[in-house]
Amino acid sequence: MRILNASGCLDALAAPEVARQLDAFVTKTVTPKPREGSDPPRIAETGHGMLNAIGLANPGRDRFVADHLPRLRELGVPLWVSVGGFSAADYAETCARLDDIEAIELNLSCPNVDEAADSAAEIVAACRGATDLPLYAKLSAAHPDVGEVARAVAAAGADGLSLINTLRGVALDRELRPVLARGSGGLSGPSLKPIALHAVAVCHQATDLPIVGMGGIETGRDALEFTACGARDVALGTVLFADPGAPTRVRAELVAARAEAGVAGPEDGKGLAKSPETEQKVHA
Amino acid sequence: MRSSASPSRHRVSGSEPIGPYTLLRLERGDLDPGVPGQFFMLEAPGRLLPRPFSLCLAPPGELAFLVDPIGPGTEALCRLRPGDEIRVLGPLGHGYRLDVERPLLVGGGIGIAPLPYLAAALNAPPVIAGFRTQAHAEAAAILPSNAEVVVEPTLVTELIDPGFDVLACGPEPMLHAVAALCPTAQLAWEAPMACGYGACYGCVVEIDGALARLCLEGPVLDAARVNGHVRNLVPDMSRGAVSA
Repeated sequence: MRILNASGCLDALAAPEVARQLDAFVTKTVTPKPREGSDPPRIAETGHGMLNAIGLANPGRDRFVADHLPRLRELGVPLWVSVGGFSAADYAETCARLDDIEAIELNLSCPNVDEAADSAAEIVAACRGATDLPLYAKLSAAHPDVGEVARAVAAAGADGLSLINTLRGVALDRELRPVLARGSGGLSGPSLKPIALHAVAVCHQATDLPIVGMGGIETGRDALEFTACGARDVALGTVLFADPGAPTRVRAELVAARAEAGVAGPEDGKGLAKSPETEQKVHA
Repeated sequence: MRSSASPSRHRVSGSEPIGPYTLLRLERGDLDPGVPGQFFMLEAPGRLLPRPFSLCLAPPGELAFLVDPIGPGTEALCRLRPGDEIRVLGPLGHGYRLDVERPLLVGGGIGIAPLPYLAAALNAPPVIAGFRTQAHAEAAAILPSNAEVVVEPTLVTELIDPGFDVLACGPEPMLHAVAALCPTAQLAWEAPMACGYGACYGCVVEIDGALARLCLEGPVLDAARVNGHVRNLVPDMSRGAVSA
């Protein structure tokens, strides 16, 4: 099992020593044009999670490719580039500009920007035609049937799935006004874990694609649960804010968590969710 | 800027009231106290996110932070007792430049927090502190004995001699007023912050005309870099509150 970061939860250039703890670094989403992002306030702590409305702040693909990507390569950490846009052509044109990276993650599920009019499968198909790099489709658990979306992007040529993105939510201040300037934001942190585990199990049953599981992972035990539901790799997001040493810590905890659960090797715990019994329960 | 490699655990060595605030003392361990105006992320027990605090005092073997209990995170920090442990990350960000000829320290409310450590790094500079009530002004006990203290409706700006090199920390309206009076002032700002090391992109404010992360660019900025409204500063947000 590899440990990545969730896109948008780490700036490897600002904190290279955190990125170097990872098996691969996933960039913040790159869009065709530069984006300043949402007005602040952009974050709010909630009961067991946090909301963010960063709004895909990024330098745009021209500056990313010319300036950021070369500096990221110098870190010596395998790179995944998260790609976003507002049409299938937006995504495909950015994919065509990328090379010498490990994979592309297609952000098909940011809750803080208007959705592209094209379907997830149309975007994946367009990108498939533009690059030979592995394409991971990052899906939202907000879809009524994420397994159906997973099958569609698999048929369109995706090589893997990243599950899940944040879910849209609202936090109010003392005067009952939204805390975030944008109004709503994406919920992340421990609140998300049960939803993410379910989405991973459902998509693991729906497709044979490798899955990067994420959503509220704080400990090695959490990571093990994602593998039990079918994730091959995991990504850390919100936990990095409180603990930049989390990748190293979670990796160490995972060893103990496996022993405690009676799971010997890295592969042994995987796919428990694909047993007929579990499958039935997940869908019940 | 120091590395953000990993937070370390630190035992609480003391907790004492300073007016309406709490001075939280931690065993220093291996942490560098940093430059005055830099900040540390302190674990808020029971909360998801740590809270940012500038260093208030650096007694031998200790780091001390001034906490205003304005929400669940800061209240949890104020409830800590000697022997409890919390995670600490820092020092982070950019502090005050100390190469000034005629320093004048100006603080407003909980914004006095970095001034004791700052004063210790300079040669007994003059200090002006403003508070909104007499009860809050009791916190001036932590300042050097030469501090001039005013309470609203008197404002700190009424006492500032613009010939000084002002180093200030306080609520946003005060910082704007200080900037108007002293265009070369160094001002310590605050913003909601989840990580403190550039990862969350939550603490952006308008710096040099564009949104930029306060944790990396600041929190201390030359007055000229912040034009107009900062846009991310909650007026009643005390130092350290993410959502209070």
